[in-house]
Amino acid sequence: MILDGKSPTGPIENTWDKHRFDMKLVNPSNKRKYKVLVVGTGLAGASAAASLGELGYNVETFCYQDSPRRAHSIAAQGGINAAKNYPNDGDSIRRLFYDTVKGGDFRAREADVWRLAQVSNNIIDQCAAQGVPFARDYGGYLDTRSFGGAQVSRTFYARGLTGQQLLLGAYSALSRQIKLGTVKLYPRTEMLDLILVDGEAKGITIRDLVTGKIRTHVGDAVVLCTGGYINVYNLSTNARGCSATAIWKACKKGAYMANPCYTQIHPTCIPQAGEYQSKLTLMSESLRNDGRIWVPKKHDETRPANEIPEEDRDYYLERKYPSYGNLAPRDISSRAAKEQCDDGRGVGPGGRGVFLDFRDSIKRLGEDVIRERYSNLFEMYERITDEDGYKVPMRIYPAPHYAMGGLWVDYNCMSNLPGLFVLGEANFSVHGANRLGASALMQGLADGYFVIPYTIGDYLAQTTPGMLKEDAAECKASMDEVEGSVEKLLSMGGKRTPAEFMRELGTIMWEYAGMARSAESLGQAIEKIPVLREEFWEDLKVAGAGSELNQQLENAGRVADFLEFGEMLCRDALNRDESCGAHFRVEHQTGEGEAERDDENFSYSAAWEYKGNGNEPELHKEPLTFENIHYAVRSYK
Amino acid sequence: MSPSKNDHKTMTLKLIVWRQNGPNEPGRFETYLAREITEHHSFLEMLDVVNEDLIKEGKEPIVYDHDCREGICGTCSQVINGLPHGGQTRTTVCQLHMRKFKDGDTIYIEPWRARAFPILKDLVVDRGALDKIIQAGGYTSVRTGAAVDGNSILISKEKADYAMDAAECIGCGACVAACPNGAAMLFTGAKVSQLAELPQGKVEAMERVNSMLGAMQECGFGNCTNHYECQASCPKDIDVKFISRLNREYLKALVF
Ligand SMILES: Cc1cc2nc3c(=O)[nH]c(=O)nc-3n(C[C@H](O)[C@H](O)[C@H](O)COP(=O)(O)OP(=O)(O)OC[C@H]3O[C@@H](n4cnc5c(N)ncnc54)[C@H](O)[C@@H]3O)c2cc1C
Ligand code: FES
Repeated sequence: MILDGKSPTGPIENTWDKHRFDMKLVNPSNKRKYKVLVVGTGLAGASAAASLGELGYNVETFCYQDSPRRAHSIAAQGGINAAKNYPNDGDSIRRLFYDTVKGGDFRAREADVWRLAQVSNNIIDQCAAQGVPFARDYGGYLDTRSFGGAQVSRTFYARGLTGQQLLLGAYSALSRQIKLGTVKLYPRTEMLDLILVDGEAKGITIRDLVTGKIRTHVGDAVVLCTGGYINVYNLSTNARGCSATAIWKACKKGAYMANPCYTQIHPTCIPQAGEYQSKLTLMSESLRNDGRIWVPKKHDETRPANEIPEEDRDYYLERKYPSYGNLAPRDISSRAAKEQCDDGRGVGPGGRGVFLDFRDSIKRLGEDVIRERYSNLFEMYERITDEDGYKVPMRIYPAPHYAMGGLWVDYNCMSNLPGLFVLGEANFSVHGANRLGASALMQGLADGYFVIPYTIGDYLAQTTPGMLKEDAAECKASMDEVEGSVEKLLSMGGKRTPAEFMRELGTIMWEYAGMARSAESLGQAIEKIPVLREEFWEDLKVAGAGSELNQQLENAGRVADFLEFGEMLCRDALNRDESCGAHFRVEHQTGEGEAERDDENFSYSAAWEYKGNGNEPELHKEPLTFENIHYAVRSYK
Repeated sequence: MSPSKNDHKTMTLKLIVWRQNGPNEPGRFETYLAREITEHHSFLEMLDVVNEDLIKEGKEPIVYDHDCREGICGTCSQVINGLPHGGQTRTTVCQLHMRKFKDGDTIYIEPWRARAFPILKDLVVDRGALDKIIQAGGYTSVRTGAAVDGNSILISKEKADYAMDAAECIGCGACVAACPNGAAMLFTGAKVSQLAELPQGKVEAMERVNSMLGAMQECGFGNCTNHYECQASCPKDIDVKFISRLNREYLKALVF
């Protein structure tokens, strides 16, 4: 089937305004009759729930953590983009639009990206009004810095804690609505199923993570803001609880999964230290503004980093990409690091690391300035590695970080299932095949504050409220299904723990579908994953019972979903027989090892329809056309 | 390249851990061994190892809260050898590494203990009371879309930095657990101060301080008697000066 993204037509700079006018409105006095279920309280979910509550809708919101403020958005460090052009350095909505489409390697829908760039400026205003303490200059004006993949300074920040401050802003707006009674909060609650009525999303089934009770919540629309699926690699920069569960359950109910193979590997993370490791820690890429990346020129270098003279250092990013240098986009920087290590010039234990060196900027600016900019990152580095980044170069290595893919949505952020909206990292919309730094926070808040409040009205205005009742057969069926799968997880009585299975799946994903992929490696993954899945359903061991707080059980459920989702990711990667953005197929590269796109055959978004476990999913295509930007080879040289 | 400077020696540690099946059940200490732990294990990775062993032995693993494992979400919450987060300065449990311990050490692990934080299971407590305090007034009442341009209200760097110092609070509740009175003054003071310092938040400063303090009392938090254990245990080193600010803001609200 050919999918229609429903982009408005006409000059791109007018599309969002025109569309806002064309959409239907819900009468203010009718809004409270509609109930909206917002799953997730990160930037996307908290901003959506707060804004919808404020408009007068009856909102219920859910998160698996004990408080909405702990959603993984809290961990974002570097900053948030906006096209304010305060520094007067040539930025504009058009340039942010252009950079994002180009950064995504021409694999995103133009109109969605334009809207994102357009509302980016409102986000900064909104957050400042909430009391988000953005960095200011001595004149009291908002300060900005530059980030990978851009040549203008458009990234707003709050120390190295931008995600925290933006989330606390959205959380405060959400808290205000909770107090006012427009939003009801359900923390420590995990969504385990989506309920449809005649093909439209009208409810969810959840497990109360404290009591273990399974329950349904009914509404008139469901908004998934459940974050990314990058933990399919097991070790990543995401929180341990981040999972594909919510979007995968929706996919199993008929929502299409788009471009799952677009996974971002972040270049600046602390290298893995051992087998037991539970997560990889990101060092914000803002560090690349002042740190220089290098490896020794010699393969058998044994001198400590600081004793290696200039002529024996290879500043490979500066060498290969002179105009962007250390600020080359993430996918390019990550692959370059891998190349150096594959070439045997990596540093640190196991040779999987490259240096990020602040010596020169400390000399130029003084240690105080560097401290002022990044002290929390240096501190974090020292706590984990026991090394002082001011004195010896940091060691970094790429790690799975962000999911560009996600549930397919149209211009209204609505999936192919009417009534199911998907916001933030959980959808696939604006980043194409590669996301630029500081653009995820922007997207989450754009979707939640400035898109969904309009687009959900267009859907609700055309529906009758209260179509699903809690005692309906659809609810009962969904509860039975969820209860059945919880019981099954508990009953296996095998020998291996959920964590062990996840480690194995992560290894398969990283080895065969990681930074570089080939038809051969993907074929192997597609053989290995179902085998592991079978072992899981025979040899799983989950301690404890279902009727209590049981973290093993929660984890087992998430692993079960990753074991299915991971296979779909690999199939998508196999189907996409080109390299684009973060998706690097070794068969498709230039003589210099750069990604080679195939626009003739692959200028589409791939949306996969689940067809049952073990069956091949069905591919639907949404063709991409570019009317405002011409296809170009992405060059950062 | 040269081999790692830290070749892996392993340690064995004795853990004495609080176990409690549910909110109304009696709790008890149980003893476990953590084996083959290296200095690179984080404290939670050490517990992961112990839990995997327990599961293999057919026992129930220790339940504890965690999520980001990088010191920012505020989920992890354990009292280690009597100190919230283990007592290393500016460090959460998840950021604490085993190089701070030595082979053969005995480690006591307990949940946050405070009247306002009922224990749910083992090391997991209910901190919903902190959300209640924020819901009472920890915000500015701006509607989505109603904001003026970010640069139309200038804020001196000094004020922005002061607000940011307060805003760094991760809401973990260590301050409450450390306080002999189970007070949430540092948590509340930080939010009140952040918003009172900024022009955007100043407008509602008086109602805010009254309702947040009201919520604090309703939730069963104690009063501040100047022990300052809160700052000492705070993984973000939030300054007790924000408690004085809270008191000043409260007095201002009384006078007017
Ligand atoms: C370490 C790190 C640093 C980053 N730095 C930056 C940066 O500097 N700039 C930038 O732009 N981006 C950055 N990003 C990316 C950005 O933070 C995320 O993409 C973004 O915050 C995601 O927001 P979200 O609202 O979509 O999801 P999240 O914030 O992940 O929220 C997901 C929510 O869904 C809930 N949830 C999930 N599953 C379920 C379920 N089954 N049932 C119920 N609830 C569920 C969770 O409880 C949570 O509330 C960074 C990411 C990481 C990991
Ligand atoms: S787990 Fe997030 S702060 Fe410790």
